[in-house]
Amino acid sequence: MELAINIILGMMLAATPLLFAATGELVVERAGVLNLGVEGMMVIGAVAGFIVTAESGSHLAGIVGAAIAGAAMALLFGLMTQVLLANQVASGLALTIFGLGLSALLGSGYSGLSIPALARIEIPVLTDIPFFGPLLFRHEPMFYLSILLLVLTGWFLTRTRAGLILKAVGENHDAAHAIGHPVVLIRLLALAWGGALAGLGGAYLSIARTPLWSEEMTAGRGWIALAIVVFAGWRTNRALLGAYLFGGVTILQLHVQGLGIAIPSQYLSMLPYLVTIAVLVAISASPTRAMLRAPGSLGRTFHAQG
Amino acid sequence: MIRLERRPETSRIMLWLTPVLALVLTILVGMVLFAMLGKDPLQTVAVIFVSPFSDLYNLSELLVKATPLILIAIGLSLGFRAGIWNIGAEGQFTIGALAGGAVGLAFHGTDGLWLMPLMWITGCAAGMAWAAIPAFLRTRFGANEILVSLMLVYVATLLLSALVTGPLRDPDGFNFPESRLFEGSAAMPLLMEGTRAHIGFFAALVAAFVAWLLLGRHVVGFQIRLLGEAPRAARFAGFVEARVIWFCLLVSGGLAGLAGLFEATGPVGQLVPSLPVGYGFTAIIVAFLGRLNPLGIIIAGFVMAVTYLGGEAAEITMQLPNAVTAVFQGLLLFFLLGMDVLSTYRFRLRRRVREVA
Repeated sequence: MELAINIILGMMLAATPLLFAATGELVVERAGVLNLGVEGMMVIGAVAGFIVTAESGSHLAGIVGAAIAGAAMALLFGLMTQVLLANQVASGLALTIFGLGLSALLGSGYSGLSIPALARIEIPVLTDIPFFGPLLFRHEPMFYLSILLLVLTGWFLTRTRAGLILKAVGENHDAAHAIGHPVVLIRLLALAWGGALAGLGGAYLSIARTPLWSEEMTAGRGWIALAIVVFAGWRTNRALLGAYLFGGVTILQLHVQGLGIAIPSQYLSMLPYLVTIAVLVAISASPTRAMLRAPGSLGRTFHAQG
Repeated sequence: MIRLERRPETSRIMLWLTPVLALVLTILVGMVLFAMLGKDPLQTVAVIFVSPFSDLYNLSELLVKATPLILIAIGLSLGFRAGIWNIGAEGQFTIGALAGGAVGLAFHGTDGLWLMPLMWITGCAAGMAWAAIPAFLRTRFGANEILVSLMLVYVATLLLSALVTGPLRDPDGFNFPESRLFEGSAAMPLLMEGTRAHIGFFAALVAAFVAWLLLGRHVVGFQIRLLGEAPRAARFAGFVEARVIWFCLLVSGGLAGLAGLFEATGPVGQLVPSLPVGYGFTAIIVAFLGRLNPLGIIIAGFVMAVTYLGGEAAEITMQLPNAVTAVFQGLLLFFLLGMDVLSTYRFRLRRRVREVA
């Protein structure tokens, strides 16, 4: 029982940063933009969250700062791809390279420092429910935030007029433009939302999970978030499943290492990356053709004629 | 109001002017950054761009840095032209070094002129094999080659780390995670004694020349260009997309593997976990800076080598953090991509068209 709770809890902790980033990228891709710079935005969020928290002493300020920093990075990408019409794939790579460099520069005075970890909120009475209590009602506020934002995003995309317009822009930007929707503005807003969430994902790593900053601490999670969006078929409820699946793989690897099985730790550390590849293959090859559900204008440059 | 108008044809002048403009802008923004870090901006720029040319040793180090960048970027540029995004060159680099290096270590102490070519072939083939994974998964299952090749970078780095702490560890190395040194027939022949510049530079030049021939004179080069510029037309013309994907990934993987082997047996001299230092990612910038053109890539490789060496010099003499180089390189790529708008579009002032009665 105790072990099961620990494993599931670990999975939830490992999944949370992925869930933040995947939820954000899902909105961006639904609007027809492929931002491959998730890793760069996450790592900037991680360093910004840590620095603001360390300087101000307030976790809330750190969380807000990380979201703003992530959104700023995304708008830089927006400037490149939506205004200057640069190639989205190359610009996304540039965002990641730039983000990794900039975060190392900004954080060079902060590695080795530590800040108080984000405190857990224990909801009285509910925490005492056996099994589900500790699993669901004893987390840091950022965990609840990740679920809240996912639900909010799902509601926005499926239940609101604005969400419908956003999806229309992603399906066919020329048609959306023709009936008068501001394609570029909508995409910039979607990008900012995606960047803010990626920033929060990074901040979760640096102020909640391990309250310290180290270079490249996101370790490819931004790329895994991109894979989760494909896995989810661009739908929010399946993004939750995807994030928890990947979180589970990460945590499983740690538990196997803990059991002291005589296999070099490096091989186990490969697991999340190998599973990502396997899942991508399975999804892409599945007879339901998940790839066909990709937004119609995904990754294409929009240039309004006339 | 200013608006963009697509040029009927890409501007040739702008095509070659934009990299220069991007470099100038990067330096200007870099100077602001240096000033913010409390360093004299002019002096810092002078250190970065002058010190790499200060003496013969520094010049030879330029060759050391430019060689892997050019080799990898040449391979990547073929795929980028066709819209095939191998961004896992860092992994293919690592695997090439690992496999080719393992051959060298297996024949430790044996002499013979055959050993070096055998290691080269193994390194190249291993890089190809690593790139064949995304090629196969893309052509057979439609899996995205960007994500697959990138995930394999992490796998390759971990594999290198596992093997140098295990079977490839130096038996006399006091348990340090490193292999024996590559010596004698297994060491990369140097261009000049007392430097680290090695004959791999010629391989980079040959690769660039072959790529130039291929793109301009061979039908494969035509297919690559057509697939990138007009994928629908390419399909109508009956080109097999899968064949181009395989070709681009195998070539870029092979060249990256070769670059990795050169690095391990030359400048580094042994297999260590810290062997991959990001050449595979920086080469992406080199490919774009060189306009995906072989000659351009050679020039771009040297420009980027200057930023590496200059960055190191600035780290020592100006006490700049080493992350400045990466920021510099990221900025450069941004400006390059952003300035590209100048070569494909024209800025026009929007004039109201009056109805003539």
